[in-house]
Amino acid sequence: MATAASAHAGSLRSGPFKKLPVRSLRRGVVSIIVFLVLWEIGSRFGEWTGISLPWIGRVPPPTDVLVTWNTLLTDQGYWYSWYQTYLRVFAGFLAAMVVGIPFGLAMAISRSAYGILFPPFEVLRPIPPLAWVPASIIFWPTQELSIAFVTFLGAFYTIVINVLGGAKSIDVRYFQAAQSMGASSWNVFSRIILPGTLPSIFVGAAVGMGITWEVVVAAEMISGGGGAIQGGSGGGLGFFIWNSYVGGSDTQIVVGMISIGIAGYVSSSLIRLLGTFATPWLRQR
Amino acid sequence: MISAVENIQPANAPASARGGAIQIEDVVKVYDPEGAAVMAVDHCSLDIKAGEICMIVGPSGCGKTTLLNAIAGFHDITSGSIHMDGELLCGPGKPMAEPGSDRIVVFQNGALFPWRTNLENVIFGPVMQGTMTKAQAIDKARGMMADAGLNDVEYNYPGEISSGVRRRVEIVRALMNDPKVLLFDEPYRALDSLTKSVMHEALLEIYYRNPVTIFFITHDLEEALFVGHRVVIMTTRPCKPKKILDVDIPHPRDYGVLTSKRFRELMEETVDAVHEEALKAFDRGEKEG
Repeated sequence: MATAASAHAGSLRSGPFKKLPVRSLRRGVVSIIVFLVLWEIGSRFGEWTGISLPWIGRVPPPTDVLVTWNTLLTDQGYWYSWYQTYLRVFAGFLAAMVVGIPFGLAMAISRSAYGILFPPFEVLRPIPPLAWVPASIIFWPTQELSIAFVTFLGAFYTIVINVLGGAKSIDVRYFQAAQSMGASSWNVFSRIILPGTLPSIFVGAAVGMGITWEVVVAAEMISGGGGAIQGGSGGGLGFFIWNSYVGGSDTQIVVGMISIGIAGYVSSSLIRLLGTFATPWLRQR
Repeated sequence: MISAVENIQPANAPASARGGAIQIEDVVKVYDPEGAAVMAVDHCSLDIKAGEICMIVGPSGCGKTTLLNAIAGFHDITSGSIHMDGELLCGPGKPMAEPGSDRIVVFQNGALFPWRTNLENVIFGPVMQGTMTKAQAIDKARGMMADAGLNDVEYNYPGEISSGVRRRVEIVRALMNDPKVLLFDEPYRALDSLTKSVMHEALLEIYYRNPVTIFFITHDLEEALFVGHRVVIMTTRPCKPKKILDVDIPHPRDYGVLTSKRFRELMEETVDAVHEEALKAFDRGEKEG
């Protein structure tokens, strides 16, 4: 018996690094190189096989960007911008997780919690986090707190909606089976609802993390470079871009943009990796 | 006709000691009594002996599952009563039974917890009830899984194994609770016929080792006749027994039974009744359910 399953038993237990995605890695590297080459040609010549490219000529070519980046690598203020933005993102994001997960679970479990919490939540949810920037600058005592608050909002709604939806969609059979087998309410919560919601929590976290990056940069630009050091180049990556714009350094603008791209990618990958470890039953098989 | 139940009981003596006799008396279930009342179960009475495999056959959506849910304690009944070993499960003044580990359901699409490995699933009941420590439960589970040929999927998640193997794990998980009754809600419906035939033999094998009462819903007549001591053919909604048939083919059975003369006779005896109800259900446009 069970021969079909046992034949694969060895390969089924392997972790997330089962096989190195060599092929897709190679594709990714090639596509980035091709993109950079096209960008370089476009900005250098302002035309493509005789057709003029209207705007790209003003964008600094990647080689110039790299030169500027190279000088910035030793610039303390540049790295401090990274550090500050990361700090804000993680402060806001963690707060959103810590508040959002219980909030969503409470609404999923208790009818009265749902009745009380859901209407105000739904009224506040359509307000874009950026619309909160002026209010939070006024209401929060420090600029740091106001940026973190706006960042928090960016992730909060997504996390709550995902937790609520995830917990609500757990199959009723699991509850019936657990009840029949004598699980207490606490055990139903900790052994059915929590693990059953975990995949949705990580989906919400990954999406929320993306929104957090969108929001933090804009919040930094609007609220100005609080905590800036070295001539204003330390107020976070958003302010770094704004400052480069004001200072007229086009290449530095692009460096800031790409930095955010990399930082956001690293953050989301981190969440995905955590998700893979936390939900081993969903791993690729 | 020899009663099949008496036939097997000497060989599987613990059945009566263990209990698990179910008396369904005059049970009525009406959905939405205020509005457009739909009668799902109509004055249904049925006695199931301890250790019997009772197969309930009926068209889709006829109300078989309603009956099962009433026994399991997932839904209430409108009137009538259900007793187990003389004790009231549900009835007057107590419309809904308490779910309990003495009556475990094996669900249509399976209800193994996907986030627990098969072994963790199997030990869930005894650990939750506090009847065993985790170590004791693992010991017992390993033994039972080995008996059912499942020892090499212990550390797999349910999503990693075939649906046939999953059903077997689920039956072992149910048996770990020492239930008096196993309630099967068309567990093999989604399986292909080849897998099904393997599953039936496996189920009987498990049953011969653990002769608990089995209340088995199906709409596969061949399955019913092959596995059951008795086959109860239900009318289409509202559901009540239309024909009750003793399957006087001695246990232990194997697949050779399917081609026996007696099996074909029983098939002929029942197929008309089943077909008639299926036609009625079809004409009414019952959805699959």
